[in-house]
Amino acid sequence: MVATFEPKTDYKVVGTRPIRHDGYDKVTGRAIYGGDMKLPGLIWGVCVRSPHAHANIKSIDTSAAAAMDGVFAVLTGADMPKAESKLVDLGEGNINFKWASNKLMADNKVLYKGHPVAAIAAVDRYTAEEAARLVKVEYEVLKSITNVVDALKPDAPILLPDLVGDDLGEDVTNTNMAAHVRHEFGDVEGAFAAAAHTIEREYNMQMVHQGYIEPHNATATWDEEDRIKIWTSTQGAFPARTQIAGILQVNVSQVKVTPLEIGGGFGGKIPVYFEPLAALLSKKSGRPVKMVMERTAVFETTGPTPGARMIIKLGADVDGKLTAATADIWFEAGANPGAFIGPAAMCVYAPYEIANTRIDGWDILVNKPKVAPYRAPGSPQVAFAMESAVDELCEEAGWDSLKFRIDNASKAGTRRGDGVLFSKIGMEEVLEATKESAHWNAPLGDAPAGKKRGRGIANGYWFNIGLKSSANLALNSDGTVQLTEGSTDIGGSRTSMAMHVAEVLGIGAHDVRPTVGDTESVGYTDVTGGSRTTYATGYACWIAANNLVEVLKDRVAVLWDINKDDVDFKDGVFSSKAEAQKTIGFKELAGKLGDLGGPANSTGSVDLESAGDGFGLHIADVEIDVETGKTDIIRYTAIQDVGTAIHPSYVEGQLQGGAVQGIGWALNEEYFMTDDGTMANSSFLDYRMPTSLDLPLIETVLVEVPNPLHPYGVRGVGETPICPPIPAIANAIKDAIGTRLYNTPMNAGSILEALK
Amino acid sequence: MTTKSPGKIHVTTTINGQEHELLVPPYMSLLDTLRELIGLTGTKEGCLDGNCGACTVSVDGRIVDSCLVLGAEVNGKNVDTVEGMATAEGLHPLQQAFLEEAALQCGICTPGFLVAAKGLLDNEPSPTEGRIRHWLAGNLCRCTGYDKIVRAVQKASS
Repeated sequence: MVATFEPKTDYKVVGTRPIRHDGYDKVTGRAIYGGDMKLPGLIWGVCVRSPHAHANIKSIDTSAAAAMDGVFAVLTGADMPKAESKLVDLGEGNINFKWASNKLMADNKVLYKGHPVAAIAAVDRYTAEEAARLVKVEYEVLKSITNVVDALKPDAPILLPDLVGDDLGEDVTNTNMAAHVRHEFGDVEGAFAAAAHTIEREYNMQMVHQGYIEPHNATATWDEEDRIKIWTSTQGAFPARTQIAGILQVNVSQVKVTPLEIGGGFGGKIPVYFEPLAALLSKKSGRPVKMVMERTAVFETTGPTPGARMIIKLGADVDGKLTAATADIWFEAGANPGAFIGPAAMCVYAPYEIANTRIDGWDILVNKPKVAPYRAPGSPQVAFAMESAVDELCEEAGWDSLKFRIDNASKAGTRRGDGVLFSKIGMEEVLEATKESAHWNAPLGDAPAGKKRGRGIANGYWFNIGLKSSANLALNSDGTVQLTEGSTDIGGSRTSMAMHVAEVLGIGAHDVRPTVGDTESVGYTDVTGGSRTTYATGYACWIAANNLVEVLKDRVAVLWDINKDDVDFKDGVFSSKAEAQKTIGFKELAGKLGDLGGPANSTGSVDLESAGDGFGLHIADVEIDVETGKTDIIRYTAIQDVGTAIHPSYVEGQLQGGAVQGIGWALNEEYFMTDDGTMANSSFLDYRMPTSLDLPLIETVLVEVPNPLHPYGVRGVGETPICPPIPAIANAIKDAIGTRLYNTPMNAGSILEALK
Repeated sequence: MTTKSPGKIHVTTTINGQEHELLVPPYMSLLDTLRELIGLTGTKEGCLDGNCGACTVSVDGRIVDSCLVLGAEVNGKNVDTVEGMATAEGLHPLQQAFLEEAALQCGICTPGFLVAAKGLLDNEPSPTEGRIRHWLAGNLCRCTGYDKIVRAVQKASS
């Protein structure tokens, strides 16, 4: 039985904007991020990387590197423990240890450019890099596969000869197709036959990178009793421990992961890269080993989200009611299985109620880095296709696209494309808020000479996840509370955890001191991802705080010599139910615990099956220079159902940050691949993420439809906002220049081509 | 450092108002000089090719990417990093504004933004939004979409 909660309004702490607890360390440079780790005797590790995207390794000669002064250890694929082929759930995506191990260090074949073939530990980074250049590798270069169409051709080179693909439940071999899934209900063919209006279009998208500013890093020690200690920037200390132990073939209890401050992740720091290699180098050298990834390797070997080919077909009746839809979705997995076709299927039709639908998804291997989650993995791609198709259908039929979205909006009871029924959701409230918004009601304004303006809207959706979280509380004698929680803090979450605790206990947000625990100081907690953190870990904090109240009621009962059941607690004050004037405040009680049984501690944990779905809509105004093809975003608004905003500033920040990542994806960002599998733009300069100069202020409208699944109504907010921008901008570009673009990025070159 | 390294260079430099005497390998960046030799890890590494601005420091009042400057080049110069912004009296107004405006999420780019923004406000106390955006275009932030950063710099300007 899932617990549900009535909406509350009389909050003291929730909804306020306290300064984040970790803020002072972060604005003064004192905060210790993964790359800042230092240990006595620390040495540096680097990888030797393949210059080819697809090749057999004929030989590796590390002797010259090993003989160099200052080199402590050399590692190759032969040194990697043989991990078993087993699928383990990491919360936002699965991991197969065999593939994961092979991704970190090639066995006898390289599958993407930059694939590590050896690793070196030396006295410092410069020496390690010099030694790496002395490693001699002989390759037999193979033809590279860089897109899903080529990957499925009959004569395509096969990346993983021992892969067994799953084609709708049937095993297939000698294939680059890892999986093919289908969801279907209703009478799709019949509905299309009866439809008054239909549209079918193909959309293509290139891989893009999460673009976190902090490179991957790890520091490791492997000690005499085979205990492995890891300090790293990770989105989940416990899931990192699971991966490290699985890849190194040791028990999880042998591995301690201490999460240091993390410089961005967006999903890309859920997988481990350097952690197991640094541990093995430490084992070989007997020294602590630190590795920090070079930026080119961050682009070439970590991250990206799948490139995609998608065909969407929609059917509607004469009144503008969607009646039928099909989606065929081919996603690039990179060099190992695991593109996000499951989430894509869950998201593609989610904002709409459609009676007859089919979805087919394919997970395809290509010679590019293995994809990692990136903010609503799979959803921005299908949002681009679906929301573009919806607008084009409206254009052809002459319907207003906002009214169409309102008329077809999903609501409680709507069946999602993968079969799940929605409970309480806020799509309709978001659309209503859009109609009322300042931006929607403001004119687009006339374009200056030589420019064209357009406005576009699009929906976005992420299902949000719950999963496991843990928190511990300890009451200090001055009435403050220590909170240790298991969610690594990527954007201010530890303050929202503290606010949950403070709200329950009737104290201030700064009376709670939150700490992100390591894997030996707090209970199991899943990743900071899936938009689950404030929802699930906040829930665990709420439970821990309520448990602390129960502990303290016992102490009050002793103090007043009454039954615990006769003790009341409200707004930070304990009182006697029998004698209302008999009261003691939370802080005063904290000072008396020495005589009342000593330390008062509590814990809270959750394992939440569902989380409450997240819907949003964005409005984009663009101005296009017809001579250069450059698109400027001149006004932008993100509207989203956020449940209850615990700390509104950081909720706004999630909407703004997600929107801008989507803007970059829409207009500029791509893995520009040459035919031999080389990413031609693997620097920040050439990849060109949005800068402050490229953007306006990003307006936000927080629609608060409290989530009944959380005690304070929290709904995950982080991922939904990256879904609407790409189609909103595509629709705005169409509005401006009269031509629709079906591929990303929609850069100046594409616009000029469209203007011809 | 490395056993094969060529001769180190004697560098006398003032960092956050304090004089340091250092032996710097000729190939070592100012970024690594600060982080590895002195232990000032507030200046962050993001890309090592001058494109992200996370390693921004001030050299004689001029904003530079410390990954593109050699440690040996700051001989006789004044280097200011994020660690020098706050004093015993408290935070710099920019630091306070960044906290109040929630202008950081992960915080890895924050030291670079603070040093860069200080470089602007030291010379132009009341910049326009456009001027702030232009000045900060060399600093990448992937979390915030820049909205709250720009607002924080506006708040800290007079």
